Amino acid sequence: MTTTTVDATGLDTLRGDLWAAVTGRDEFRAADVVLRALDAGTPAETVLLDVIAPVQSRVGRAWQADRLTVAQEHAATAIAERVVAALAHHSAHRPEPYGGRITVACVDQEWHVLPARLLAEVLTLRGWKVDFLGAQVPTPHLVAHLHSTGADAVALSSSIATRLPTAHTAITACQAVGVPVLAGGAAFGVDGRYARLLGADAWAPDARAAARRLADGIPAPDLAAGRRETDGLAHLADQEYTLVVRSRARLVGAVLAYLEKNFPAMAEYSAPQRERTAEDIAHIVEFLGVALYTDSDDLFTDFVRWTAAVLTARKVPARSLRPALDALGVELKDFPRATRMLGRACGHLDEAVPTTDQHPGASA
Amino acid sequence: MVSPEGKTTTPTKNTRVTKERFAPASWGRPPHAVIVVDPAGTAARVDGETSLLPGVEQGMPLPDGLAWLARATAEAAADAVHRGDPEPPAVAGEFRGRRFEAHPTRCADGSVVWWLVDHTARYAAEEALTAERERTTFLAEASNVLLSSLNAERCMAATARLASGFLADAAVVVAPAEGRQLPVTRAVRGGEAAQALIAADPSTVPGLAEALKGFPPVPSRWIDPTSLPDWLVPDGFGTTVGSVVVTPLPGHGVPAGALILLRTDTRRGFSENEETFARLFAARSGAALSAARLYAEQHSITRTLMRDLLPPRLHRVHGVEFAGSYRSSDARDRVGGDFYDVHPGRTASEPSLVVLGDVCGKGLDAAVLTGKIRNTLQALMPMAGDHERVLQLLNGALLNSDNTRFATLVLASVRRAENQVHLRLTSAGHPAPLVVRNDGRVEEIPTHGSLVGALEQITAHTVGTTLLPGETCLLYTDGITEARGGPLGGELFGDERLKRALAECGGMPGEALVEHVRMLASQWLRDGGHDDLAVVAITAPQTTHLSAVDGHTRGRYTS
Repeated sequence: MTTTTVDATGLDTLRGDLWAAVTGRDEFRAADVVLRALDAGTPAETVLLDVIAPVQSRVGRAWQADRLTVAQEHAATAIAERVVAALAHHSAHRPEPYGGRITVACVDQEWHVLPARLLAEVLTLRGWKVDFLGAQVPTPHLVAHLHSTGADAVALSSSIATRLPTAHTAITACQAVGVPVLAGGAAFGVDGRYARLLGADAWAPDARAAARRLADGIPAPDLAAGRRETDGLAHLADQEYTLVVRSRARLVGAVLAYLEKNFPAMAEYSAPQRERTAEDIAHIVEFLGVALYTDSDDLFTDFVRWTAAVLTARKVPARSLRPALDALGVELKDFPRATRMLGRACGHLDEAVPTTDQHPGASA
Repeated sequence: MVSPEGKTTTPTKNTRVTKERFAPASWGRPPHAVIVVDPAGTAARVDGETSLLPGVEQGMPLPDGLAWLARATAEAAADAVHRGDPEPPAVAGEFRGRRFEAHPTRCADGSVVWWLVDHTARYAAEEALTAERERTTFLAEASNVLLSSLNAERCMAATARLASGFLADAAVVVAPAEGRQLPVTRAVRGGEAAQALIAADPSTVPGLAEALKGFPPVPSRWIDPTSLPDWLVPDGFGTTVGSVVVTPLPGHGVPAGALILLRTDTRRGFSENEETFARLFAARSGAALSAARLYAEQHSITRTLMRDLLPPRLHRVHGVEFAGSYRSSDARDRVGGDFYDVHPGRTASEPSLVVLGDVCGKGLDAAVLTGKIRNTLQALMPMAGDHERVLQLLNGALLNSDNTRFATLVLASVRRAENQVHLRLTSAGHPAPLVVRNDGRVEEIPTHGSLVGALEQITAHTVGTTLLPGETCLLYTDGITEARGGPLGGELFGDERLKRALAECGGMPGEALVEHVRMLASQWLRDGGHDDLAVVAITAPQTTHLSAVDGHTRGRYTS
């Protein structure tokens, strides 16, 4: 489909220029970089997926490593989105008609819109009729849209793993009206294991693979048999997920109280610092909830590993996570799966950094 | 022949059994047909219900229709495995339209006594039961398929596919005419349904015009398959049509179309039973189709009516960046009690008017009032320079109308001069606008005034401010500050938290800032319910370049 007319060095230069423009908050220069590349004959798909997408990943990594502030990250993302919009109107962006119709949407509460936006543009370039519903699409909106348009398939995007239960609802809802779902995005795992677990009809690791998969055709779910149960979620019968999610606020409060009692340093925390600590704990509980939903120890361990990296980058010792996990372990001692997951994560933290008594600093 | 008195002691088991089992003379007339077939295939004796075996003569070879019994006799005689007890297994066969189960008993002389049990009625019942079970399963599956979609095209395709697969060799769904064209969906057994608009007169198909009006179906024997127009027969049907059924698809009180079933001339025609069943299926499919059409109609009406109630997509106007975001409290609704608008000034030197407001209440009722307020304010644009006057007129209009709702709003007159953006802001009972300075300071604009739609007399106090390049003025509704949630649950988000969050957003583009606020609210609420939420950012652009990306591009939120 795409024949790249620029060599690797050319792409490197483009990425470098775009990186400088988006991190320098220079929207016009960013648009210039992209539009000049198109004028020079670089295929639009290459610009989208080999220039804009990698620059955006670099923005994410830079935030994680504390080289960009939240504000810079948001600004860079906003500029990237505008650049994609500008590209959509460039004359190089002329799709041949194809006939199929695809709905592209983000799961409810998922605000990372760029991966879905890039896919929508790539599909348009490849000749699909695309309905792009954007970020945070409530499932009822998605289903109403499917009823009225009769799309051939839904491409559902989710970046944060905590959206997986919501993604499950959306997948089931689309299938219930007879529309197959292609799942994509970091939330579904690097190998798509969570897409399979939640019963998605297909999964793709990136926009090109997604476009190929959709072109191959995804068979529509069999409606004749009625609603199907997702295999592999039998573990939900133990109610651990439901109970943990339902008592999230209480758990956060209990962990916070434990930390305040055992780490006098926290008494000196300002209200915003205390709130950030509470938010971090809420995040841990949220990820534990999703790990219970998917019964995936890796999901929780990966989250703890990622958090440790973010904390370390912000000069907060990663071992400060340990007391919070311990306190959570005490609260959830009657939950075998949760206990197992917390144990594994603690094991990982201990391996990575030997513990000493340290006050639990959040990213405050 | 075996003697009837042979039930005295016998030396071997084999002969004893034979003698005991067959002593017809002492039993009277057995209730089944009995034939003794000798190894040569001759009916050595015929007894019992001989009326079931017309043409079988004692002493004559078995007639052709009983060749299966002659074969079974030879097999039974040669069956070494079943020699002795038990007897060889029964065989089943047909004779003169009846179905028999023939149970053998071997005689010592090599002939076999066949007891022919008449199972004609049982087989018929079993076949009927199987057929009924298949139909029930089919109807259940068809209902699952038809009820799951509210899309009329999908329903028609499903109807054609299901009917061609189970009821006929091909099926055609004809929807009520759109103008002079008939929307037709055709499917051949095992294939996908194809849809087309065909300029054709339904009266060319016998019974179709009637079926489309909802009249009862014409029995298939009255339809001459050769009279069918070519457009009716789907591609890939292959051969000529042998039989046709045209049945109406009854909707909810209005005909939803017609279903035409076609069978090839190599298959038998439709029985009365099958036609009845086709009507049962048509009733389900018609109901589903009618529901889908009603939904589409309602959807289109709603969309048209809502077009003016949805918040507009904002973009750059006269050198000032505008960005907005809206989310209604109910995930099913797209509109609610919050609203915003940007009314551009007639020229770049005239200020544009930005309005953001909140009608008390939620849902459609509130949304209808936002529409009235937005229209009224647009009409008041010529006097937009005097915010207090605009608000007084709006207040009067609201008091004179039937509704008892009130509203809070904030007005902003926005004008760019050089690199700076000059603002005049007036709050009418609304949360004060916040200005995010480049150095991260967050200023609350001290404008205040009464809400509109409740009191006879209202006052308002307008405050001016200036944005330097990169600075943003944020208008928002209390959906964000009164969001309840947070890590510990049940806590208000509050003004202070919003200001603290905005303090990290110095120099952020308006769109990013709006997204950031929306994300904060969503994170704070987690899965909890929330009020309507509207945010508008007015931003002085960073540079004086004319943008290649002027914002007149497709928005990110086209829902």
